[in-house]
Amino acid sequence: VTSVTLHRLVDGPLDLQEAIRAVAGPDRGAIATFSGTARDHHGGRRVVRLEYHAYTAMAEESFQAIIHEASERFGTPHIAILHRTGVVPIGEASVIIAVAAPHRREALAACAFAIDRLKEIAPIWKKELYADGAAWIEGSETRPSR
Amino acid sequence: VTITVLLFARYREAAGRSDLELEAPEGATLRWIWQRVQAEVPALAGEPYPMFACDRVHARPDRVVTGREEIAVFPPVSGG
Repeated sequence: VTSVTLHRLVDGPLDLQEAIRAVAGPDRGAIATFSGTARDHHGGRRVVRLEYHAYTAMAEESFQAIIHEASERFGTPHIAILHRTGVVPIGEASVIIAVAAPHRREALAACAFAIDRLKEIAPIWKKELYADGAAWIEGSETRPSR
Repeated sequence: VTITVLLFARYREAAGRSDLELEAPEGATLRWIWQRVQAEVPALAGEPYPMFACDRVHARPDRVVTGREEIAVFPPVSGG
C-alpha cells in the first residue's frame, strides 16, 4: 500500500483542509479528523493564550513513528498530523489529525490512537499564559514559569 | 568525552540556555549526566520526572552513552 502522509510542526495557523486533502482518496469512504483547540480555562484559572515549544527534529520523527504504528495496527496508511508551535490564541487549533480509510471504524480508531500516542510521546510542551503569570503543563502537573 | 546535552521547555528556562557541555567518563549513563546537569543548574535539583532522549528516541536513565549521540533531557511532555 502506498503511504501518503503529512506530518509537520507549523509556526502559524493550522489548516484542517490541508490535512484532509493529504489523506483523501477515491478508495476511502471515511475521513476521521481530530482538532485540539486552545481552551480559555484550566483548573478554575482563566487562560489568555497558549504557547507550544517543541524539540523539533524529535517531534517530527515521533509523528512519523506514530503514523507508522497506527498504520500497522489499524491498516490505515493515510494519516496526517499537524502540530502548531509558538503562540496559539484561544479557540484556534494546536493539533490536527486526519485519517482516511475505506470504512469509518478503522479511521475513527486510528485517529483516537494517534492523538493519544502524540500526547504520550511527542516532545512538545504547552505553556499557559494567564493575566498575571504563566505555567508549564507537564503531564498532569502544572509548574510555574519564571 | 565531551557531551552536549540539549535542554527543552522549563529545563531550558531554568538553565537560561538551550544546552550544556559536560566532560563524561567512559561508561557514563544518562542518569550520571542528569546529576551533572543538576549540579550545573541548581534550579533543577529535585526534579522528579526527567525524560531522556538519545538520537531523538526516548531512552531510559540507565542507558550508557558514547558521546556520539544527540542527547536531550526534558520534563514530561504535554503536546496536543
